[in-house]
Amino acid sequence: MNFWNNPVQFISQWLTGVFAGWGMADWVASLLIQLIGVVVLASMMMVIDIFLVWVERKVVARFQDRLGPNRVGPFGLIQPFADIIKLLIKEDITPDGADRVVYNLAPIMSLMSVLLLWAIVPLAPVIFGVDLNVGALYIIAAGAIGTLSIIMAAWASNNKYALIGAFRQVAVLVSFEVPMIATLLIPTILARSMGMNDIVQAQDVWYILVVPLAAIIFMITAIAELGRTPFDLNEAESEIVAGFHIEYTGMKFGLFYAGELLHAFTFGGFWAILFLGGYRLFGLENLGPLVAAVILFAKALFGYWIIMWIKYTLLRIRIDHMLAFNWKFLTPLAFVLLMVVALMNAILPHNNMLVYVAGMLLSNILLGWIVIEILRVHSRRERERVEGKNQMIEVAHR
Amino acid sequence: MTLPQIFFLITAFVILGSALMVVTTRNLIHAALWLIVTLFGVAVLYALLNAGFLAVVQVVVYIGAIAILFIFAVMLTRKEMRDRGPQLNRGWWLSGVIAALTFGGLFWLLQAWSGFSKTAADFPSGFDAVGQLGNALVSPQAFVLPFEVASVLLLAALVGAVYVAFNRK
Repeated sequence: MNFWNNPVQFISQWLTGVFAGWGMADWVASLLIQLIGVVVLASMMMVIDIFLVWVERKVVARFQDRLGPNRVGPFGLIQPFADIIKLLIKEDITPDGADRVVYNLAPIMSLMSVLLLWAIVPLAPVIFGVDLNVGALYIIAAGAIGTLSIIMAAWASNNKYALIGAFRQVAVLVSFEVPMIATLLIPTILARSMGMNDIVQAQDVWYILVVPLAAIIFMITAIAELGRTPFDLNEAESEIVAGFHIEYTGMKFGLFYAGELLHAFTFGGFWAILFLGGYRLFGLENLGPLVAAVILFAKALFGYWIIMWIKYTLLRIRIDHMLAFNWKFLTPLAFVLLMVVALMNAILPHNNMLVYVAGMLLSNILLGWIVIEILRVHSRRERERVEGKNQMIEVAHR
Repeated sequence: MTLPQIFFLITAFVILGSALMVVTTRNLIHAALWLIVTLFGVAVLYALLNAGFLAVVQVVVYIGAIAILFIFAVMLTRKEMRDRGPQLNRGWWLSGVIAALTFGGLFWLLQAWSGFSKTAADFPSGFDAVGQLGNALVSPQAFVLPFEVASVLLLAALVGAVYVAFNRK
């Protein structure tokens, strides 16, 4: 067994040997090694999180034609640490009438719900927390804990703005979960498994080329799940100040902020795993697990960049428009797409890869075209309705 | 005592303790949060039993939907979050006796069962539990009829909810 071929197993076997040398029982050793694995993975993600603060600030600066942090360290790389020190030495305020235990538990749960997701991320064919056979559903389950943390934060802060923010966020999360589940089922149908590793292994052709519509819908629902612009009604600054984390100061706010950044990066990663082939890149992943992990992180950063691109380009949309967009457009579309993909999967021959991919792609493009036509007819009718009314008003004024 | 047994005992104590807190705490939101701890404990039990699919669905459905609905219902309908008044009624001892009898009866029944003290064998490697479950749900030899009946029931409930909430212009 070589370190470069399978680093996780190599280290765990070495640790087992060390612990056995200390006279530790077998099950204690395996429990301890698993705990170490959890701690290492969680700490690694939180260290990457520090780096993400810098990435986010630099990218938003470029989008807004600014320079971004550039004073502390080379390219402002030390800036996140200055931010952390600032957050740590801020006064920690607990509002009057706050529910103390719930108030302090909420930021921890918020970050935890994101870290939980990394348990099922396959960084390489042999580097993963668990290869869960219900991985796709696990993403939704971890999201449920995130929703819960938002309600807990808002309710425990004893603040009306916070509560309004949480109500909005839960409305978004609960409704956008539906198309998200439907689109998660599409890679499941194609790969015949819900496990993340199996889905990556099955992507000889990246699924974004097979089912581009599903990739787009998943990206939209992921942004809604993150509560980022254009779906950031939960913290709409101009209306409800900061939403659910309004009463949090110092590092408790920092945990929400870190959770949000890592969540965006994580969904970039899941988008890459489900539709961009995960750690696979033209056979480069065979060079070794560490190369594969680097490929996955690069793809996750690309997904994260798209999320940032959308966030810093679009405006916030109104809540009724957002709910109508979800229930009247995205949900039916996701279900129709699911049915189309299931049907095509049954019809198309599996042994001929070219015909299979081309058939899937054509059916996706056809469906997308039909949807755009329907939207065009609908919007023309709507425009005529509004313009007709305006003409009537003009006539009345004359 | 093996590791799964220790995990089971911890989980069982957490479930029972939090279930007790659900009915004894006077703060209604706290009761809902303790209920979430209980439901999560049940999910852990499913995971300990190698039923990963059920564990995840338990979290998605009960914590992600039902518990959040509870919290909303409490927040939107109650002005006062504290529950006043007596927590026990006159029949409390009767329900205690019935609970003890049920537990004793089940224990006595299960003790006679051969699988009572056996440890569950692990799945053979490559065993696709989720795939088997999915096949069983749509196979005519297994559960397709109950599955479809449940689907129709849920659809009827959905249509009913839309009908009740529909705003006639």
